[in-house]
Amino acid sequence: MNAIPAMLDPAYDVARVRAEFPILQQSINGRPLVYLDSAASSQRPRAVLRAVEHYETHLHANVHRGVHTLSQWATDAYERARETVRRFINAASTREIIFVRGTTEAINLVTNSWGRGNLTAGDEVLITYLEHHANIVPWQMVCAATGARLRAAPLTAAGEVDLDAFRKLLSPRTRMVAIAHISNALGTVLPVREIVRMAHAQGVPVLVDGAQAIPHAEVDVRALDCDFYAFSGHKVYGPTGIGVLYGRESLLEAMPPWQGGGEMILSVSIESSTYNSLPAKFEAGTPNISGAVGLGAALEFVEGLGRPAIAAHEHGLLALASAGLAALPGVRLVGTAPGKAAVVSFTMDGIHPHDIGTILDSEGIAIRTGHHCAMPVMEYFGLPATARASFGCYSNAQDVERLVQGVRTVREMFG
Amino acid sequence: MDLKELYRDVILDHNRSPRNFGRLEPADATAVGRNPLCGDKLDVTLRMDGDRLADLRFEGQGCAISVASASLMSEAVKGRRREEIEQLYQQVHALMTGHPGDSDLGKLAALGGVAEFPARVKCASLCWHTLNAALSDTRAPVSTE
Repeated sequence: MNAIPAMLDPAYDVARVRAEFPILQQSINGRPLVYLDSAASSQRPRAVLRAVEHYETHLHANVHRGVHTLSQWATDAYERARETVRRFINAASTREIIFVRGTTEAINLVTNSWGRGNLTAGDEVLITYLEHHANIVPWQMVCAATGARLRAAPLTAAGEVDLDAFRKLLSPRTRMVAIAHISNALGTVLPVREIVRMAHAQGVPVLVDGAQAIPHAEVDVRALDCDFYAFSGHKVYGPTGIGVLYGRESLLEAMPPWQGGGEMILSVSIESSTYNSLPAKFEAGTPNISGAVGLGAALEFVEGLGRPAIAAHEHGLLALASAGLAALPGVRLVGTAPGKAAVVSFTMDGIHPHDIGTILDSEGIAIRTGHHCAMPVMEYFGLPATARASFGCYSNAQDVERLVQGVRTVREMFG
Repeated sequence: MDLKELYRDVILDHNRSPRNFGRLEPADATAVGRNPLCGDKLDVTLRMDGDRLADLRFEGQGCAISVASASLMSEAVKGRRREEIEQLYQQVHALMTGHPGDSDLGKLAALGGVAEFPARVKCASLCWHTLNAALSDTRAPVSTE
């Protein structure tokens, strides 16, 4: 048995955590799988698989519709999941928890409902160069529709938001600030609390794209004091196709529905409709009920492990991987902010990330290569692409060792 | 899955020292190839002599497969007529998708390893599509993603 590197906490029983993830038990291309692409999508523990199966096997019917028992059971399961989400992010009320397809849909809900109602020509929306396309493109679309202008705060060489520049860009014309909590491409943790304070001082609401933060950081929307918080289930060990928009109740109350249909109404005549109250107002149509149930189970799984324990473990792996990769000749780490989470992005002299990805894959190592749906940040660093390894609660020191060894193999191959 | 099949010595050599790299100025035609998901960028410039491709250069950045493929292509197509180039592409494409024919493709045969890596066919074919766009004077960027 290998000694546990000093950077890792021996009290965190990663072997037991791994055993909960059936998909990790297999071999890929003849080698035991090393899954280092959790930032793109994490894997699911048995607890999630079981919860979804139990729901589909015993509880399913449509929610909020029938007087029959199954419909009540399904509604209970769905609403229990909403309460779990509320507790997980410490929202004040379940009325502030809107189930959506994922982070992307959550942001589109805000740009379409809040944005179209509140932005006019001359207004500005302020984002950063670190954003994922999901927190850029919807804003571009609503800006094009309303005549508002999209501004982006620049970065430092280490891949942090330049806060002085941010402060200057925050102007009397700014109507919304929309920022990532953690950068998906670089792993940089943004100073959300500080940015919220700056924005609120000018009466500007803040939307936080929490897709990357939700599995790694303690997310407390009331402590952050943000106005919207968006995340996806599949990044936090839950199913795909389910996600959450948290919104401050007073803002959600004032916003018009985005999509119309069943569920979101109280009464409908051919002439007009009365909309339902929160959160149903924003959940038109039959929702992804089993997805919500799976997400609830995933959040309970994370609570069971303890977010500080997971974060500390991942931080150890990040330090191990950063040191291991940086020590290899011709390897450059991209994004070296002191505050980083679970992501190591790198390039190799003379070797395209795509080739790195293919060679690692042949060794059973799954990483992401490309622009990570964050082309502006790639452009910012003058890179067409990077290779990115990202960690989850199940990642271990062997994964990092195999990664570093794999990168050595890449170098040998290309000479 | 044998990596040595994909990254044969000829591929690695052409990746390291791509032939016909650069830009022709002036050029009779130019085309732009972009595979944004991979981060591959390729510009092809060429000069014609009637129906014959008199000269071409390519430049840009990409993975070893896309750079080597462009380099190998540039050597293979120079001096050929449009129709021959089209035929050659059909043969190379067949080779890369696992249906090699009988014809001798010379050095281009080194791309045969791509067949085992379906995700990489788009890398190896970007240069051919870009060349085709230049030959047909297509202005819009080309992509194989």
